Amino acid sequence: MTSIPLFHVLILSSLLFAIGFVGVVARKNTLFILMSLEVMLNAIGVAFIGAGSVWQQADGQVMFILILTLAAVEAAVGLALLIRMQKKYRSLDIDLLSQMKG
Amino acid sequence: MNVLLASLPFYPLVSFLLLIVFGKKLSWQLAATISVSSMAIAALVSAMLLVDLSVSQHQVMTVNLWHWFDLTNEAGNAEVNVRFYLDGLSAVMISVVTGVGFLIHLFAAIYMKSDANFSRFMAYMNLFIVAMLILVLADNLVLLYLGWEGVGLCSFLLIGFWYHEKANVLAARKAFIVTRIGDTSMAIGLLLLFTTFGELNIEAVTTLAQQANELTGLENTALADDIYWIALLLLGGAVGKSAQLPLQTWLPDAMAGPTPVSALIHAATMVTAGVYLIARMHGIFLLSPEVMNYVAWLGALTLILAGIAALAQTDIKRVLAYSTMSQIGYMMLALGAGAWSAGVFHLMTHAFFKALLFLTAGAVIYALHHQQNLFKMGGLLKKLPFESGLFIIGLICLMALPGTSGFFSKEAIIAQLWSSETAGPMLWWGAILGALLTSIYSCRLFFLGFLGNARFNENIHPEKSHLLRAALVVLALLSLFGGLINIDLSLVFNAPVTSANEVEPSWLHTVAIITPFIGIIFSWFYFKNYRITHSVSAKYLLQANESKFIVFCRQGLGFDSLYNLLFIKPYQWLAQINKNDIFDQIIMVNVWYVNLWHDALIVVQNGALRWYLAAFGLAIMLLIGVSFL
Amino acid sequence: MLANLASIDSLFYLSGLVAVIASLKVVTGNNTVHALLYLVVSLLAVAVCFYLMGAPFAAGLEVIVYAGAILVLFVFAVLMFGLGKDETTHAPQNKGLANMFGAMTLAFALLIEMVIIINNGDMQQSLQADVIDSKAVGIMLYGPYLLAVEIASFLLLAGLLAGYHYAKPDISEGQL
Repeated sequence: MTSIPLFHVLILSSLLFAIGFVGVVARKNTLFILMSLEVMLNAIGVAFIGAGSVWQQADGQVMFILILTLAAVEAAVGLALLIRMQKKYRSLDIDLLSQMKG
Repeated sequence: MNVLLASLPFYPLVSFLLLIVFGKKLSWQLAATISVSSMAIAALVSAMLLVDLSVSQHQVMTVNLWHWFDLTNEAGNAEVNVRFYLDGLSAVMISVVTGVGFLIHLFAAIYMKSDANFSRFMAYMNLFIVAMLILVLADNLVLLYLGWEGVGLCSFLLIGFWYHEKANVLAARKAFIVTRIGDTSMAIGLLLLFTTFGELNIEAVTTLAQQANELTGLENTALADDIYWIALLLLGGAVGKSAQLPLQTWLPDAMAGPTPVSALIHAATMVTAGVYLIARMHGIFLLSPEVMNYVAWLGALTLILAGIAALAQTDIKRVLAYSTMSQIGYMMLALGAGAWSAGVFHLMTHAFFKALLFLTAGAVIYALHHQQNLFKMGGLLKKLPFESGLFIIGLICLMALPGTSGFFSKEAIIAQLWSSETAGPMLWWGAILGALLTSIYSCRLFFLGFLGNARFNENIHPEKSHLLRAALVVLALLSLFGGLINIDLSLVFNAPVTSANEVEPSWLHTVAIITPFIGIIFSWFYFKNYRITHSVSAKYLLQANESKFIVFCRQGLGFDSLYNLLFIKPYQWLAQINKNDIFDQIIMVNVWYVNLWHDALIVVQNGALRWYLAAFGLAIMLLIGVSFL
Repeated sequence: MLANLASIDSLFYLSGLVAVIASLKVVTGNNTVHALLYLVVSLLAVAVCFYLMGAPFAAGLEVIVYAGAILVLFVFAVLMFGLGKDETTHAPQNKGLANMFGAMTLAFALLIEMVIIINNGDMQQSLQADVIDSKAVGIMLYGPYLLAVEIASFLLLAGLLAGYHYAKPDISEGQL
């Protein structure tokens, strides 16, 4: 990769990560939190691909593939949990899940 | 290594361990066999030791078991060993402890047969014997103190043996606390002794003190002051353990324990530990004539006051308890007068006849379904002839009628009082008054309990066990003829203190001998109501004994109320106003501080996942931020 | 102007911008389905970025697995929840294309980019020079990273079981 500086790639990655993080923290709807998590994982993928492309190594893409699997599993389990939550509480408000209160 | 001497305390110890470990799993037969046979072996071993000691050329036998620890200060370096020391004095004591102890164990095994906690009882009794043997055999004062506290513990455990009843527990607590006052005084005395002489071995201390005396003379030196305080503090310990004025209040209440306990601990052995201590430390006491004078006066006062209190009691065991105090007063008087051998001799004979009296009283109480009130007895001479005969033997020894063991020992004491430097004619008259009181209360006790008409309704069922009766008969024989045992303690107490600086009047012995008879004749007429059979009811007799003065005497001459007013009330008041302990409050500042943080941090632990995540993000932000710095 | 615009750099920045905007819309959206669509757009934009960075294999995977499979999973879940009633009631009910406008605009921008890249021969060549192809990735995956692949397969199996377990309808009530 010649023309795109790594610095800019990482800026893009950080931006996406920050947006996802804000989503995770700020949203009350658990579904949106899961989506924001996907955005965050994706941002990390950008950073890996960018780095792999700068050093001309395949490792970055390998990492991306692993992140992809992780994201898939996370989505599956998270959505299954969401289904149970919807059944039990009739709501997706994550603040309902606060029984661990100290 | 003298195996016999070294092993003596271990027989009862093994028995104690067996009984306490297996407890209720043991049948009565097994538990009784273990405990009584261990005592029999111990008694046999002490008899053999006695023979060994009298045959051997040496005056003492010692055996070193192991090195315990070292004590060091600028005055010296004291090696504290677990080391047994047997001389004439401790030989007398071990014979009394194991011999009388064995007979009382035998009695107790039958007397306590139906108790659910029989093995616990016998275990405590055995433990008591262990501690007592350590006390009397100790070669140094630290080991002696171990035994001293051990017997105190056993006394506490056994007074409160029937702990389901509140009165027993209170009595146990009282005994423990009151004797603890004396023990504290003794501990301070031991520390002072160590800082003064740098030595805790009894022999060595005695030698050092006498050397100092011979080298410099003790007039008005700092050492004389030290010795004065040491002797006074040790006397404090002896006073607590032996129930002398002013720490005597625990002994009458201690009668709440089972009767064999009263006989063994609170009459025959433990309460004489104070006498033993003073006799053992006579080397120190001899250097402080003032303290010996105090000892004599304390003994005489206790002798008379306890005699008066005994005259007013209604409970047969409490009469005997006050009588015990009074007799120990005799021993103290003897020690104070420098009549060491006589005091120890009286200790031994008293152990015989007081154990006999207590055990017989126990048998009577048992036959009368645990009735202890004298005014509800009466006329037992015909119904319980065997017990009555034994009781009469005990009482004539107590009154010191000529020929009995009590006569020999008491006369030996009284004979030395008049001309003693530290006693004198006043105390001699005190002793005579005490003897008079003794014979009066003994007669009152006998008339109330055994003569007159029967004032009880229940059927009597005496325990007819042969073993029990055998134990009583042996004790009766010892009481009668124990005076013939000639104990020679001149080797132990080699410094006679009496000096015939006053001419003894010739009538002294005559007065001393006839005093008990005067008491008997006086009582014969004065207590006529109690003696003769007529229609007087128990209620009438009780009412006649309810005047204020008599009640005052019955309650131990007001010492309990006095102490209540002087010490317990102010202490309770202090406790009341300092209920929220001020030191607690200081500690509570920490609690408050922790609670503050708890309250602050509980806000963070709100269970909201998004807050956790935000905090996580914040923390990572801060960490990365720090790396920029 | 177009040639200037159509350099690899500018295309990268443009698709990055699209990804950022789409992600913002995902995070701030009210309607679940709309948010999902924006997420698709975001993923596609990132896929373009991957392509421009010389990772066509990753870009393909991003489209196929992420946008294709995972997002479909999301859509199914949303359908099961009945469109997330609590959120959609506040949203405008029926605005037709107006609701879709943002997503469509962004997707359109991406489409333009793709067309430009594919049509521009120079760009193709310069991209070809730096490409790390799927062969290299495959060699790495089944070489040094074999253990990681195994672990990932276990992870997938665990996810499968967990998903089955939690989503099972006859699970006893009161357990989550």
